[in-house]
Amino acid sequence: MTAHTMFDKIWDAHVIDEEEGEILLYVDRALIHEGSSHAFAALKRRNQSVARPQQVFAFTDHYVPTTGREKGIQGIAVDEIRNMVIAQHENTKLHGIRLFGFDDPAQGILHIVPPEQGITQPGMLICGADSHTATHGAFGSIAFGIGASDMTHVMATQATWQRKPKTLRIVVNGELGFGVAPKDIILAVIAKIGAAGGVGHAIEYAGNTFERMSMEGRMTVCNMSIEAGARCGMIAPDDITYAYMDGRPWAPQKGAEWDAAMALWRTLPSDPGARFDREVTLDAAQIEPMVTWGVNPEMASPVGAAVPDPKTAPDERRRSDWAMALDYMGLKAGTPLQDIAIDRVFIGSCTNSRIEDIRAAAEVAKHGRAKVPAWVVPGSKTVKRQAEAEGLDKILTAAGFEWRDPGCSLCTAINGDQLQPGERCASTSNRNFRNRQGPGGRTHLVSPAMAAAAALKGRFTDVREIIK
Amino acid sequence: MQPFTTLTAIAVPMHEANIDTNQLCPTRFNKVPRGPRFREILFYDARNRPDGTPTEFVLNAAPYDQSGIIVADRNFGCGSSRETAVYALYEFGIRCVIAPSFGDIFSANCAKNGLLTVVLPEAECADIRRQLQDRPGATLHVDLAAQTVTDLEGRAHRFDIHEVRKRCLLQGLDEIDRTKQYSAKIEGFERGYYQSRPWLAARG
Repeated sequence: MTAHTMFDKIWDAHVIDEEEGEILLYVDRALIHEGSSHAFAALKRRNQSVARPQQVFAFTDHYVPTTGREKGIQGIAVDEIRNMVIAQHENTKLHGIRLFGFDDPAQGILHIVPPEQGITQPGMLICGADSHTATHGAFGSIAFGIGASDMTHVMATQATWQRKPKTLRIVVNGELGFGVAPKDIILAVIAKIGAAGGVGHAIEYAGNTFERMSMEGRMTVCNMSIEAGARCGMIAPDDITYAYMDGRPWAPQKGAEWDAAMALWRTLPSDPGARFDREVTLDAAQIEPMVTWGVNPEMASPVGAAVPDPKTAPDERRRSDWAMALDYMGLKAGTPLQDIAIDRVFIGSCTNSRIEDIRAAAEVAKHGRAKVPAWVVPGSKTVKRQAEAEGLDKILTAAGFEWRDPGCSLCTAINGDQLQPGERCASTSNRNFRNRQGPGGRTHLVSPAMAAAAALKGRFTDVREIIK
Repeated sequence: MQPFTTLTAIAVPMHEANIDTNQLCPTRFNKVPRGPRFREILFYDARNRPDGTPTEFVLNAAPYDQSGIIVADRNFGCGSSRETAVYALYEFGIRCVIAPSFGDIFSANCAKNGLLTVVLPEAECADIRRQLQDRPGATLHVDLAAQTVTDLEGRAHRFDIHEVRKRCLLQGLDEIDRTKQYSAKIEGFERGYYQSRPWLAARG
């Protein structure tokens, strides 16, 4: 019998038809946000209804303010932003789509809420109107981001035309060092394979480091697959996955439903001997807390390192890329990363705003007081309530951190939360692109613990020296 | 969708790798309805100073303000899935981008909007950029049916493109109309699919 990868098994189960190597795939779930206004406009132009509205889920996250929410939608100061939130409300109502909206008790980011609600399940094919849809692959699903035209197509037909990507297995074995987080693994992976290292590939993360990892950690890793250029990232479902799913609102109900689902889910992991087009291996014990110093996520180094000298870059192209990056970032080659002073800290985003991330930040915050403005933006109201029940908000605010309401906030900087020109931010988000967090803003990607540590010192610091 | 057949246009060389969709269309413009305003939004933060005055950016002055083709380096269009990056290119007049590799979502979005992405080897892209650098404002010729890009020295660079994408671009086919012909197949698929996944059938 042929050994199959998990990717192949899920892909094959969703093939409706084929046209000269283009595959028509069935879509279990479509995830949209306020920015999907372009897709709704396209539906309207065609006078097209949504084919399966019960399989489309909408989230108010990108444009929602993270303070002053008690004033309601009408309290959003900027007209264009308020109108995006209102338009989403109207469009989803018109088409009968479930909206986790502004006032919903489960409101939050489109990559945080579906797992919390059991909407994300193993074996599914999930399309999201956002490149970080890869997050959902942590449950053993094929999940990828699509543009507005493709989302229009999915909403109109519940299917999508795709070409099959190649497979890339990233194997990490061993125990993570003290103070080293899932975020550091994925930053180390991207530093190794490059920001285009996964282009055209579906990644499966395998090895005992992931087998021991919580669902929250797995989601952080899969989330940044797109930063390696990959179409999607996935991790085999196991008992940790099933325990997480148990009892969530959209999950199968215990009894016959659950048993039928489990029977299928257990067949999903890649068979022993399954062949991948490429394989990359890392040793978990070698991974250290990481800090990015440039303008794309491959420009990352362990916290003990210094800003690299472009003269030492491996080739001519990177020499000029690094020089341009240091110029934008206002950094000098040879400066120890720990000597870089920061102006702001952002703990949040679909990469790092889950309960474990808030716990990690709070654990560090106990050891001092923030020297710079430091925001903590939970990924959902569910995360926020749980953190408050655990008293984490008290710990954080006592240490001078600001505890805000859920949304994408300063990661994507379209709700009004943004850096000022030249401001330097230690951020737990996923992209350090130029101007991403606001025109002229300078972003350094780190884990939640490293971000909190940077807040206490006002510069980057090795979190292992704080929590010991 | 506007068909893409052949194109002869001014080509602008961009030497930097990893030009991301945030540069093509800064996120804050994502809320702008599709239309001509996107002409000004393309590379907004590179083309404008914080006070709104124009910079020296290559697209701001002749001849490159009339560009129809970009010749770029590796991983062009990486990052976000936002299609506004494509709207911005399109409204500026760009109909073709040539690079050694592209962000996957970006090139899919381009094809859906009548914009051709051409993958050529790194050395060939570098060579074409060098030619363009020496003769600013020169045009390249792209022939989709023949799958060639003709450079300034008259050399035809052949590129690969998927048959279906090629046909859709050549004819300006609407994908939703095409998929509508599969309606019965989709419904047939659903019947089998939900029989084996009753827990999904129950909840939708």
